[in-house]
Amino acid sequence: MGVLAVLASASAWSEPVTGHLDSGDTAWMLTATMLVLLMTIPGLALFYGGMVRAKNLLSVLMQCFAITAMVTVLWIAFGFSLAFSTEGMRAGTLNLHSFIGGLDRAMLAGLTPDTRYNSVPESLFVMFQLTFAIITPALIVGAYAERMKFSAMLWFSALWLIVVYLPMAHMVWSGPGSFLGDLGVLDFAGGTVVHINAGIAGLVACLVIGKRRGYPHVPMPPHNLGYTVVGASLLWLGWFGFNAGSAVAANGSAGMAMLVTQVATAAAALGWLIAEWITHGRPSVLGIVSGAVAGLVAVTPAAGTAGPGGALVLGFVAGVLCFFSATRLKHKLGYDDSLDVFGVHAVAGIIGGLLTGPFAAPLLGGFGTVTSPWLQLGIQAKGVAFTIAWSAVLSYVLLKLIDIVIGLRVDDEQEMVGLDIALHEEKAYNL
Amino acid sequence: MKWITAIIKPFTLDDVRQALSDAGIAGMTVTEVKGFGRQHGHTELYRGAEYVVDFLPKLKVELAVSDEQVDLAIEAITNAARTGKIGDGKIFISDLAQAIRIRTMEVDSDAL
Repeated sequence: MGVLAVLASASAWSEPVTGHLDSGDTAWMLTATMLVLLMTIPGLALFYGGMVRAKNLLSVLMQCFAITAMVTVLWIAFGFSLAFSTEGMRAGTLNLHSFIGGLDRAMLAGLTPDTRYNSVPESLFVMFQLTFAIITPALIVGAYAERMKFSAMLWFSALWLIVVYLPMAHMVWSGPGSFLGDLGVLDFAGGTVVHINAGIAGLVACLVIGKRRGYPHVPMPPHNLGYTVVGASLLWLGWFGFNAGSAVAANGSAGMAMLVTQVATAAAALGWLIAEWITHGRPSVLGIVSGAVAGLVAVTPAAGTAGPGGALVLGFVAGVLCFFSATRLKHKLGYDDSLDVFGVHAVAGIIGGLLTGPFAAPLLGGFGTVTSPWLQLGIQAKGVAFTIAWSAVLSYVLLKLIDIVIGLRVDDEQEMVGLDIALHEEKAYNL
Repeated sequence: MKWITAIIKPFTLDDVRQALSDAGIAGMTVTEVKGFGRQHGHTELYRGAEYVVDFLPKLKVELAVSDEQVDLAIEAITNAARTGKIGDGKIFISDLAQAIRIRTMEVDSDAL
């Protein structure tokens, strides 16, 4: 959404307004919202579910599903208000509300069937943004998969949403007076808010909770790559809602966002494939789908400003570099980021966040109001660095707190048995 | 009488069955098994992590033959199951003390 949408919209972001409703915009946003929800359940759930061992499949599906339900309730109660209330905000003025919204829209106060956000019903904008708030904590699941207590997972997801996500969403998307928005950081559909934010939290989470028992000596191959391919395919499909929906209109910006999303994803899938083929001697299925996800992530912040050429380069670079981060870097440093949340989301998010700057410039085929590619690169770097620090510090504090109070990790026996039986007394497969 | 146990690659089963049938040997029992010999399994790579798969899928073919059929059976199995590549399998032969057909109570060679 970022700067472009903010510029396009003169109205304050969360002030209930009545006005012209465009049925075309509304129809597209209804569709886009469902597409983004499709990304979490079933998309992300299956993508992750296929990569864990059979004894933990249900636990991952359960985590994604439970987060969806819990975040929805929190979003209605105060989440939307903290993220999008424009109470006390003024363009160019740095105050508390540059970082966090007020509670004036708690319980969606003021929302009626007639209130609008631009040309779509405000209720629809609330729903659309909710689906982003759902997928972000769900992405982190992949970093601590196969070993976190369900209760600790719920506490972490809820507190992380409140302390880390909602302020970040506010800082980027709440319009004039928001901290990163005023800095000029471009983030069309959530590269910083969603992917770097979740990816860094994932790295911190897997460091704090520790490696899975036996990692890296006990083989832990994915138990059903078919699920992973289906999940990745649903992510690709749903991402059109994520990126093209972030135009909050059925217009040229949405069309271009859809095109560059496709281009970057394809380029990244091929980038990972080629890098792996050269390095390991054969192209793998897990590789090509991982590359696609890296491309989807990388193009997210750039989806409103990059041209097809920029998206091609951006995607390819993300595919190749994420291959090395998920394979080489992880093994060299020895952390157990189970399903590569850091290796794919944070790394591709950082690459995308940075390259959004230069590729927004018309000089490099972009559509941003960017005069100097290098100046914008600097602004993007500030946004990326701030997001990394914000997510790392606050995620660490939350995880330590939860560890002290209720404990983060299941006991050894539960981990051996698998979380499906140990925590939910159910099995994925009764063959 | 001999008891022949052959461990073969799964895709050679149809050829082995046909060859034994052509050699006039009727009846066999087939089981899906896993194992390894000199082949020592293979490695699989997932996102750069190597997993050694020790036990490869094989088929175990078991049959009882009269003494004069043994060489014929060995020849049929080896011809049909040989690919020349590692992992073609092995044949084990042991003495068989007695055989009884349950329906007719025929014994030994008559029961085979």
